This record gives sequence, structure tokens and C-alpha cells, in this order.
Amino acid sequence: MAVETTSRPARVDADAEGGARVHRRGTGRKSGETGRLRRAAAHHWYAWAMVAPVVVVIGVIIGYPLVRGVYLSLTDADEANVERTIGVNHLPATYRFTGLDNYAEILGDSVFWDRLGWTVVWTAGCVGVTFALGLTLAVMLNRQVRGRSFYRIGMIVPWGIPAFVSVFAWKMLFNEKNGLLNKVLDGGGIDAVPWLGDPVWAKVAVIAVNVWLGVPFMIVAMLGALQGIPGELYEAAEMDGAGPWQRFRNITLPGVRGVSSTVVLLSTIWTFNMFPVIYLLTRGGPEDSTEILVTYAFRLSFINSPRDFATSAAWGVLILVLLSLFTVVYRRALRRQGEVW
Amino acid sequence: MRRGTAVTAAIAVLALTATACGGDGGSSDSAGKGEIAGTVTYWDTSNDAEKGTYKKIAEDFEKKHPKVDVKYVHVNFGDANQKFKNAAGGNSGAPDVMRTEVAWVADFANLGYLAPLDGTPALDDTGDYIKTAAGSTRFKGKTYAVPQVTDTLGLFYNKKMLKKAGVGVPKSFDELKRSAKKIKSQTGGTALYLRGDDPYWFLPYLYGEGGDLVDATTKKITVDDAPGAKAFARMKDLVDSKAAVTDSSDGQENGLKAFQDGDVAMIIDGPWDIAGAQQGKQFKHDKDNLGVAPVPAGSKGSGSPQGGWNLSVYAGTKNMRTAQEFAKYMSSAEVQQRTTEELSLLPTRTSVYDKPSVSGNAMVEFFRPAVGKAVQRPWIAEGNSLFEPIRGQMDAVLAGDRSPEEAADKTGEGFRKLLKDYK
Repeated sequence: MAVETTSRPARVDADAEGGARVHRRGTGRKSGETGRLRRAAAHHWYAWAMVAPVVVVIGVIIGYPLVRGVYLSLTDADEANVERTIGVNHLPATYRFTGLDNYAEILGDSVFWDRLGWTVVWTAGCVGVTFALGLTLAVMLNRQVRGRSFYRIGMIVPWGIPAFVSVFAWKMLFNEKNGLLNKVLDGGGIDAVPWLGDPVWAKVAVIAVNVWLGVPFMIVAMLGALQGIPGELYEAAEMDGAGPWQRFRNITLPGVRGVSSTVVLLSTIWTFNMFPVIYLLTRGGPEDSTEILVTYAFRLSFINSPRDFATSAAWGVLILVLLSLFTVVYRRALRRQGEVW
Repeated sequence: MRRGTAVTAAIAVLALTATACGGDGGSSDSAGKGEIAGTVTYWDTSNDAEKGTYKKIAEDFEKKHPKVDVKYVHVNFGDANQKFKNAAGGNSGAPDVMRTEVAWVADFANLGYLAPLDGTPALDDTGDYIKTAAGSTRFKGKTYAVPQVTDTLGLFYNKKMLKKAGVGVPKSFDELKRSAKKIKSQTGGTALYLRGDDPYWFLPYLYGEGGDLVDATTKKITVDDAPGAKAFARMKDLVDSKAAVTDSSDGQENGLKAFQDGDVAMIIDGPWDIAGAQQGKQFKHDKDNLGVAPVPAGSKGSGSPQGGWNLSVYAGTKNMRTAQEFAKYMSSAEVQQRTTEELSLLPTRTSVYDKPSVSGNAMVEFFRPAVGKAVQRPWIAEGNSLFEPIRGQMDAVLAGDRSPEEAADKTGEGFRKLLKDYK
């Protein structure tokens, strides 16, 4: 899990809200009478007018590409047969509607399932480690320690550096022959580790980098959550003789649950689609061992020629479906635990 | 798909800002005779060491044709293919002329992005071109580009290390392997750095066994025949026998560094790394220490792939004749002589090799015999895509996860997914 400061969060929010909106619409329809709707419209026309521009913009920049993508995934469109205008030549579209053929082909191929398996491991591994580290560091920083602001700034630094710069720096550290990590190991008399050359080590390496990139966000979020817990609770618990572990389990953990369930969901979605770390660090290699779903979809549509728009769109739709499913299941699980989200 | 769209959009925006509406510059299409005019946007894909020279050369066109405005845009080699496709497919922001890698020409032509140049001013004195270089400009019977620079792989060797070990320059991989022990015991270095991270470097081994990726005339995939397996086996054997060291990533940097520092005595590399190699500690004070020989032979002979750069004209250019004249100029003997003198790049015109300043150039002496014999790659639209399946199998073989035969079969499988109408 790592954090992109610009477009990604907005998109993810849209996903999440999309889910929520569907739900609301569902309940609305159940209650059903048009009279009530009309009354609501008359009463809240101002609110509707205010959100209209946003709805229109989202419809244009998200809705249209989404619909178009779903449509393309049902065709055999590629770079050679879509409509093009080149100079004076206008080449008409010659692709055909093929129904669910693309999906059948993808789901019938072990390539998809292999990538999915690793993508799940990658996501769970990254989010799990990032969350554990982030929470631990946040708890440490939440106390009065000397130089606290220095540590806080230091831990935010990875977030301030563009992800690709960090990844390139890590790539240099991991270099098998001339990288710093192997030089250090060599000094300690340990054989060089093929960080990016061995499938297992490469997986460890990409997860490590992603955790490094993601921890700052987790610390900030968890610090915020920790500061929301009233200090009196700890005082009272201490008076009652609760030990540090008991205080952590019975006050801290429940206190941060609301925030942590949200950030875990967010980082899961980010990590699932974390393209730059994998692509820049290993290009999916060695062999295909670190290839996740999105890097493979990218390869389909950009590296091979002619670019296969249809199959790549189908991969994109499958990724979206998987994430939506995950979000729904996750929300259900939270609600069952009494979490209002 | 949303991700795909976003990426496409982002790249398209980048491409647009990079060219700053270059394509629309010249509205005066000088279709007839007379003086050419208007704007030519030129995308240059040369590397950082070369781009200054290319910018000057391109802008010198304005001196010859005062009414022409050349817009020079440098595009990184790694991004150029995608940027051009986005711009050309969307019909906005594509350059009038682009320095195109040899394997891209067929791909772009197949998609209708390039203007055929037969019978236009762009083709000038074509009999002068080296045959292999000219081959990469043709697709389905038409010419879509003019060659500008050619290259191929050769064996770079450290003369002192070989001398110290008492071995000659190996003519074959067998000989190289036999010499490896002596090199190790006498100099402490490894015989060869084997590029295990880049599928392009699979080709000398494949050609050396008499194989090829595909047979484009009979539409047959040949990489999974016996030579393919033998090529994988050869690479594996060189690494296993410790005659060679390799990396699965960063081979460009690591290989060059190992060679510069004398950790390896030999590396298979191209003319673009000569200048870099000479900056290393083994060669900096003794430039003569660097030798270049043909790529060692496999069991069937020596063969190395043809690379290089062509100049292509965008089909949608609004200034066709000026663009053609510009391509002609950039491929002219005069410009080629200049790039050899200033950058040591290899000309594609045989007449240029006769110029004293070119024939006396040490790099040209190294590579001249090799480029004439370079193996032409299959100039098919998917030519560039074929490298991806090889990459994965090379990783697997060198890591010992897969047998060479299996790897060759899997490469063939990968090719079949890309080449639907091939056997």
C-alpha cells in the first residue's frame, strides 16, 4: 500500500460513494411513493442544484469512460480496427461485438488466476504489514518523547517524495552487484542476495518498498485516531490497575477501530492497483512472478502491438468487479461487528 | 478500463504538451514544386549524449530552407513508441517526422500511421543504402522510412586481460568457455558478462545455432525449434560453468560497470556503449585496450541482430513535402557523415564509409564488417512484441526454474498468442 496524493484518492472515494449511493437508491425505491419524492425535491431543490455540477462532471469524466470501457470489453477492438482519422484518411471502425468472449477467454486461462493469486497475497501482505507498522509507530509517537516532531517529520518524508523517485532509489539499493544492501551484507560476510532476480526475493522486495511508501499515511491516520481517544480513559484504567497490554487491547484498539477500518479499505484498494511500484521495480519479473492484475492489463494494452483495447478493458472491468465485491463484503463484515460506516 | 483510460489520457496530455500543437504548425502545404515552407515537427529519440548534436543538425535545415521552421522535440526512447501511437491514433500532436526504431516501422505502417515514401523526394539515391538497413524500412512491398543509423552487437574485449590470460579473442562460445578458466586464474576476472535481463541479447545465441524467431515468409513460428532450445541451453551453460556472470535486472548498468572495472574480460554490446566503456578505469588512460570483434559463434556460425534508427513521416502531416525533404536531409550522406564524426554512429550509406573522416574512425573500423553481416529481424508488425515472451523464459531458464526445451516451447506458445495467423 502506498499513497498517491492526487487522482487516486478521489477515484477511490468515488468507488466507495458509488457503493453507498447504490445502497441508498435501493432503500429509497423500497419506500417508493412518488409523492414523497416530489416533496423531497420541492423541499431540497437547492441542494439538488448545488450537487448537479458535480454529478455532471463525474458523469462525464468517470461515467462515460466507464461505460465505454465496459462496451469495449464486449468487442474485439484493438488499435488496428478502431475508428481513426489520420490526416485526410478516415478509417472507419471495423471491430465487432463479441459478447462475453473476452471474459470467457480470460477466466479460462491460468494467466488470470495466477496473477489474481499473487495480487491477493501482495495486497494482504502489504496492507497487513503496513497497518501493523503504522499503528505501532503511531502509538510510539503519540507519547511525550523528546524530539517528537522531528520523528514525525522524518516518518512523513517518504510520503513527500514522488513514488517513482522512491522506487528508483530502492532499485539502486537492491542492485545485485553494486547495490548498497548487498554491499552491507557482504561486509557482514553474507552472500549477495538476488533481490530482484529471484522470484521469492523479488516478492519480498516489492512488498518492502510498498510498505515503506505506505507507512507514513498509516501513521498520520492512526495518530489522528489515537488523539481522538480521551486521556481520561487511560487514567481511569491505570487507576483500576490495568497493565499496558490491557490498556492497549481494551482502550486503544476499540478507539481506533473506526478510522482503521476505513484506512484498511482504502489501502487495500490502492495496493490492489499499485502499478508504479511493481512496474518500475521489477516490470513484473523475474518471469511473471511479481506481476499483479493491473500491470498485466497494462502490458496487454501498451506493450504488445497492436494494442489490445478489448482484452485490456475486460481485465479492467474484472478488476473493478473484484474491488467492488471486496468493498461490499468488507462493509457487511464491519456492519455485523456493529460498525457504522 | 478506467485505469487504462486514465493512463492513455495522461500520456496523451504529456504528448500534447511536449509537442505544443506542433502538428498544426504549417498550414501552407507546398504540394507543388518550388521552395518548401512551413513547420516541421521532428521527434528525436537519441540518447542524452547524442541529442545536442541532433538538435543542431535538425535546425541547420532552416539554413538551407529559410521558409521552413524546424521544431525539434526530444522524446525519450522508452516513451517514444507509446507517445507516437497515442498522438497518431488520436490524430493530434503527432510529429511530422520521427526517428523511429527499426522494429517500429512495420508496426506503425501496419496501423496506417506512416506515409509511404516510394516515389517521393524522401527517397534519394537508395542504391547507396546498406542492404540490411534498407530492409527495415519496407513493409508489405512499400517503403515507409529512410534509414539513418545502423547498429549491431559485437564482442567488446579487454585486450590486456586476454593477453595476461594468454588466450586469443574467442571466435565461438565454445572457445570462450575453454578460455574462461585461464582468464579466471590469471586475471581473477570472469570471462563474459551475459545480458540476462534483456531479450534482445537472446538473439546472438539463437542466430548462432542457426535459428530465428519466426519465418515471416511461410508464417511459421520457429523459436521453439531445436535452435531455440539450444540457445537457451547455451546461455544457461555459460552461467553455470562460471564462464559468464549475469543479472536478471539492471544489466545495462551492471554489465558496463563490470567491463569498465575489469571484473569481466568481455561483454556483448553495441556501438552506443563504446564511449561509455572508454570512460571506465580499464580504458580511460589506455583507449587502445578496448577491442571489438564479431559476436562469438554458436554451433552454426556467428550472427547478431540488426538494430538502428530510421526516419518516418507521419501519414497525417499537413506539410507532406516539407516533411519528406526533411527526412531526406536527415538521412543524407552529409548528415550521416556528421553524426559519425561527432557521435561515432554507424552510417547506413555505403558512400559515407569511404570518407576519410569516417573510415578512419576507430568505432567504424570495429563495426563496419559486422553491420554488413547483421541478421535482419522479421520486419512484421508484431516484431517488437515478440520480445516479451522471451524475457520471461530467459528469466526462468537462467534462474534454473525451467529446462531450455520447456522454455523454448513456452516462448513459442507466447508467440502464438501474438501471431494469430502463424503456424
